[in-house]
Amino acid sequence: MRPGGIASLGPAPEPHAVRPKLTLRGVSKSFVSARGDRRAALEDISFEVAAGELVCLLGPTGSGKSTILNLLAGLERPDRGEVLIDGRPIKEPGPDRAMLFQDPALFPWMSLRGNVEFALRMVKVPPDERGDRAEAWLAKVHLARFADAQPHELSAGMRQRAALARALACHPEVLLADEPFGALDAQTRELLQTEVTQAWAETGTTLVFVTHNVREAALLADRVLLMSAPPGTLLEEYRIWVPRPRALDDTLLSRTVTDIHDELQREVDKVVARETGEPADLA
Amino acid sequence: MWRVRRASRLIWPSVVAFGVVLGVWWLLSATGAVPARDLPSPATVWHKLAHRTSTGKFPDEALHSLIRLAFGMAVAAVIGTVVGVAMAASRPFQRSVGSLVVGLQAMPPIAWLPLAALWFGFNEKAVVFVTILGAFPAIALATAAAVRQVSPLLVRAGRTLGAHGWELYRHVVVPAAVPGYVQGLRQGWVFAWRSLLAAEIIIQGGIGLGHALTKAGGHLDVASVLALMIVVFLIGIVIDTAFAALDRRVRAKRGLTALVPAQEAAA
Repeated sequence: MRPGGIASLGPAPEPHAVRPKLTLRGVSKSFVSARGDRRAALEDISFEVAAGELVCLLGPTGSGKSTILNLLAGLERPDRGEVLIDGRPIKEPGPDRAMLFQDPALFPWMSLRGNVEFALRMVKVPPDERGDRAEAWLAKVHLARFADAQPHELSAGMRQRAALARALACHPEVLLADEPFGALDAQTRELLQTEVTQAWAETGTTLVFVTHNVREAALLADRVLLMSAPPGTLLEEYRIWVPRPRALDDTLLSRTVTDIHDELQREVDKVVARETGEPADLA
Repeated sequence: MWRVRRASRLIWPSVVAFGVVLGVWWLLSATGAVPARDLPSPATVWHKLAHRTSTGKFPDEALHSLIRLAFGMAVAAVIGTVVGVAMAASRPFQRSVGSLVVGLQAMPPIAWLPLAALWFGFNEKAVVFVTILGAFPAIALATAAAVRQVSPLLVRAGRTLGAHGWELYRHVVVPAAVPGYVQGLRQGWVFAWRSLLAAEIIIQGGIGLGHALTKAGGHLDVASVLALMIVVFLIGIVIDTAFAALDRRVRAKRGLTALVPAQEAAA
């Protein structure tokens, strides 16, 4: 539990005040395409995330946002540099770092309850406790009534909520969200943003949230890290002091959104210019 | 009532198809277009079928063939599953053994019969051997494909939840591969059944539908030949219907019913 619970929903502590939860130090990563050319995805990235902080990674397509998440999840290894949790190198995936994908990635052969129980089983919760705890998690995302439904019977938003319940059920210290609401309609997206922020506040987990949506980043984050056009580097950092719950028409917030948006637009223009072969100022 | 109506709507096309075949058959024999010596009337064949069923001859022969089929299919499923999973899991295994399995799959299983007869004698063992060789390559290839086609996203989800190694296989990869695997079994049993009948027809002396077919042919007993063929045909329909139902259940549970015509899925 975060000390003070919901009351401390304001800005998170300065990341350097305590030992960081997550650390990337001089991280570079490149991929080899099917044709055999090497493409740099990340170049010399360094940043830290404090325990309990909500950081949004924002950037144009191909800026390596998802690669950073995969490195933190342990699904990928860096070419150079260090990726640390609590000062220890991350070598493989583990239930201390849960992940949300754009696709809910629920197991289609299991009911919602089964999906959440699977997560509990992976963290060695005894079988007789799994049922109740799975139900409690589903209730938290308002899916108690659908515990026995199969994933395909639900709407996209409900599936993503179930995925959230499954991710949180193993009490992760870190939640990694890879554009989890990218495929949802605006209303559902708003609902889920609220649910994720609430869950984050209640559980005190550290949340790294990848998005390409400036408003989403500004609504959610303690801190927004803006990434450059590929190869991804860190361009700018915005600390958002606006207290929660936030509204987009808040003067301070809307100014921040405009700032970030302008900066992001420049990067997007660069990507477009590169793709179309025209100079950036025409794009 | 609604269910009955729906079921009948699904069944009538096949009833019509059967009826047309029967009608043409009856016309050919009744008009004498084909002499009764070559094509007995449906009624004659029906009487033969009913008689041989009531004396217990057909049930006994069918039972013997089905036991061989079940045994051969079970062994083929075990070998096919192990080989298929190994092919999906290991590239060297896929390149070496996998290429052999592809070759076997293309080879008519009955080509093994002379060798099997030399090894085991002209008996049941040779028949079952051919059955196994007929079925397992199809099952192995389908299993390998099913495991390879498991969504990488589900594997990633499983891994980030902490599953790895054997656990990841058991809880994520295997259940995710089940629909493809069931289809492999459905193909495999058809190969097993064909190989079994072919081998029984050639090898003489035992009890079984294939043996009986050859014997009836030798006695120029056309009615019995046709009756036996009908039994073989019906067994095929019954077993395939069972596999189709299993296939549908597995898919429906996973929300994959779009691959089945909508009205059939609702039935």
